[in-house]
Amino acid sequence: MSDSTANGPVLAADGTPLKRSLAKALRREKTRALLLIAPLLIFVLISFIFPIGKMLLRSVENDIVADTIPLTVVALAKWDASSGELPSEDVYAAMAADMVVAVAAKAHTRLGSRLNYETTGMSSLFRKSGREIKKWDLATDAPFKEKFLELHDGWGELEVWQTIQTHSARTTPGYFLNAIDMQLTSDGPAAQPESKQILITLFKRTMIMSMIITISCILLAYPVAWILANLPARKANLLMILVLLPFWTSLLVRTSAWKVMLQQQGVINDILVWLGLVGDADRLVMINNQTGTIIAMTHILLPFMILPMYAVMQTIQPTYLRAAKSLGATNWTAFWRVYFPQSVPGIGAGSILVFILSIGYYITPEIVGGTKGVFISNRIAYHISSSLNWGLAAALGAILLVLVLLLYWAYDKIVGIDNVKLG
Amino acid sequence: MADSGNTDAFVEFERVQKSYDGEILVVKDLNLSMPKGEFLTMLGPSGSGKTTCLMMLAGFETATHGEIRLDGVSINNIPPHKRGIGMVFQNYALFPHMTIAENLSFPLEVRKIGKSDREEKVMRALDMVEMGAFGGRRPSQLSGGQQQRVALARALVFEPELVLMDEPLGALDKQLREKMQFEITHLAHELGITTVYVTHDQTEALTMSDRVAVFDDGRIQQLAPPDQLYEEPENSFVAQFIGENNTLDGVVKEIAGARAVVQLDSGDLIDCKPINVSKVGERTQVSIRPERVEFNKDRLQEGTHRLQAEVLEFIYMGDIFRTRLRVAGRDDFVVKTRNAPDQVRLQPGEQIEIGWLPEDCRALDA
Ligand SMILES: Nc1ncnc2c1ncn2[C@@H]1O[C@H](COP(=O)(O)OP(=O)(O)OP(=O)(O)O)[C@@H](O)[C@H]1O
Ligand SMILES: [Mg+2]
Repeated sequence: MSDSTANGPVLAADGTPLKRSLAKALRREKTRALLLIAPLLIFVLISFIFPIGKMLLRSVENDIVADTIPLTVVALAKWDASSGELPSEDVYAAMAADMVVAVAAKAHTRLGSRLNYETTGMSSLFRKSGREIKKWDLATDAPFKEKFLELHDGWGELEVWQTIQTHSARTTPGYFLNAIDMQLTSDGPAAQPESKQILITLFKRTMIMSMIITISCILLAYPVAWILANLPARKANLLMILVLLPFWTSLLVRTSAWKVMLQQQGVINDILVWLGLVGDADRLVMINNQTGTIIAMTHILLPFMILPMYAVMQTIQPTYLRAAKSLGATNWTAFWRVYFPQSVPGIGAGSILVFILSIGYYITPEIVGGTKGVFISNRIAYHISSSLNWGLAAALGAILLVLVLLLYWAYDKIVGIDNVKLG
Repeated sequence: MADSGNTDAFVEFERVQKSYDGEILVVKDLNLSMPKGEFLTMLGPSGSGKTTCLMMLAGFETATHGEIRLDGVSINNIPPHKRGIGMVFQNYALFPHMTIAENLSFPLEVRKIGKSDREEKVMRALDMVEMGAFGGRRPSQLSGGQQQRVALARALVFEPELVLMDEPLGALDKQLREKMQFEITHLAHELGITTVYVTHDQTEALTMSDRVAVFDDGRIQQLAPPDQLYEEPENSFVAQFIGENNTLDGVVKEIAGARAVVQLDSGDLIDCKPINVSKVGERTQVSIRPERVEFNKDRLQEGTHRLQAEVLEFIYMGDIFRTRLRVAGRDDFVVKTRNAPDQVRLQPGEQIEIGWLPEDCRALDA
């Protein structure tokens, strides 16, 4: 037993302070718990956190310029981009030296594509020049400035050198600027040309449409979850299977089914025309636009709303409603004042799930969204697999992540995150 | 049993039946009438239909047949929220997302009572159950007994004339239970509220109520004040269900007015009072309370039949002694005696003679 004395810490039986012996006792338990989850932790670390971290790093990483043409970068640092004059001979000499090495390593084309994100034409400039530079002899062919200008007009353009200089730093805010429709120029950040400004629009569209999808899901899921929670177990289980049925069909199939339903010669239009609600000439356009994306995604994400709502509603005992009514509340008041507040955690959990899933959704908007109904994630996918601009893709991803965290934070402030029950 | 048609009846069940599935009658022909201010307890084994009756009265279940009247008005078609009946649920059903004060304020808000009035009534109700200091807490921050009191206060705060309670003390420990039993009856009588109380704890029923309705198999088996219920059970179910009881099976040998002789299956003859046996030759179950059995030779009445008994077990219980005997072939016959200075302590193995006053032994249905 421990004795608590008036002027000292409480001691355990062996004389050590109680706090310390408690901590020691707990430490062993904690270590054991940690060892138990270690495999999962390592798995998550390797397969999830590490790649994401790496991806995020890529959004600011810009080693390729400094690594491929190191001498040029150093020489170009002294050049005043705003002087209106081309760089001096030593810059060209450095470039020649760098290019010979780069061409031998076949690294110049990659640098070309990297710089092409910033200024069009860079890719072909580097590819074409590479073929000639291969034949140069560094010791005898000086001066190089003439040779370069002879080789390709591009080397005589200020913009080319400005681009190289601007993007020679090892880390760059350039991708993030691109992600919000701006670009890094030699004069600092500036707006993208009008024709290239699409990303902000896409971000806004993604957010607004995700919200619409979330709200439609809430409206549709609430009654379903309510019925599920209030039916006798056997019937509820049957209904539950219907709710889960979509999970057993491929996402692609479900989305394609919507294509069949919604297209202008599709099932819904046919029925509407048959009913005489719309004329044959003006069939509704419900696919390859935002409507299509919203309808299909609401359907696909609906189970993610129903399940947490159901889980929460199941725990709300029917006696609460009875109690409210016995206290004099009408059906509506009883629902609104007593049932609904208790079901909010389910709505919260479902909304967070659906919203987060939908802002990152890719397949469905791709298939039914046309050009007007695609999301930011479709753009990310494009940059990852087609344009290979991984830096920009990473920056877009990072912004998306920050937005989600911001919303999460806002949700916590408004509703409180302990008010979320996922089951 | 039921005295329907009573003019001063406040709550009336008339020929009420209830079936949930259309196959089984859960409540069969219920007739009950309660005057204003009465504390009536529904007592019965699990599944006997007590909650169902309460729910029909509160309006959460509809009677399949029959009529329920409140203050002379049929309430069959009045929705629950208009019945103005206070209700305490078995699990209290305090709204978890509201504070205690908000919980109490709820019935007043839906009645559109002004804010200052509301606050005053809430405070008064909370003080009444000695929970005045807890208005700002959530139900989850209260102990079981405290929640129980809040539930009671909530059911009373809008001053209903009728309050229903469904096993409100089921979750409490014995001591708290006894305290709350006292508080509830006290409050109910003080405020003059008519109360229907459901329990399956017979001590609770006996100590709290003006009258007890013993339920079994969807019927009221007996409706009587506690003492009458205990001392004069009308059938063997009530005799068995209320208090401890010795039963012996036999056949009626002769009946003469308030006296009957029953021949037990062992062949022994005993005297008893016929309650619901009417003719000779009928099978009967006789019932005698353990404390009414006499074995002191000096006090055994002359001219009555006696039974041979063997002492099997003697249990010292402090205030009383409980002695188990083998009588007429049964070895679950119990005798209770008061722990008095001159009381005999029987020893296992002892052979004794027992008897009783004929009116203490009731010949009931078999
Ligand atoms: N909603 C329901 N649907 C179908 N049957 C029901 C329903 N509620 C109760 N029952 C049945 O009705 C019978 C009486 O139930 P009730 O709840 O009235 O019993 P009780 O006397 O309150 O029992 P307990 O002491 O266990 O609370 C039981 O057999 C029960 O199975
Ligand atoms: Mg019950």
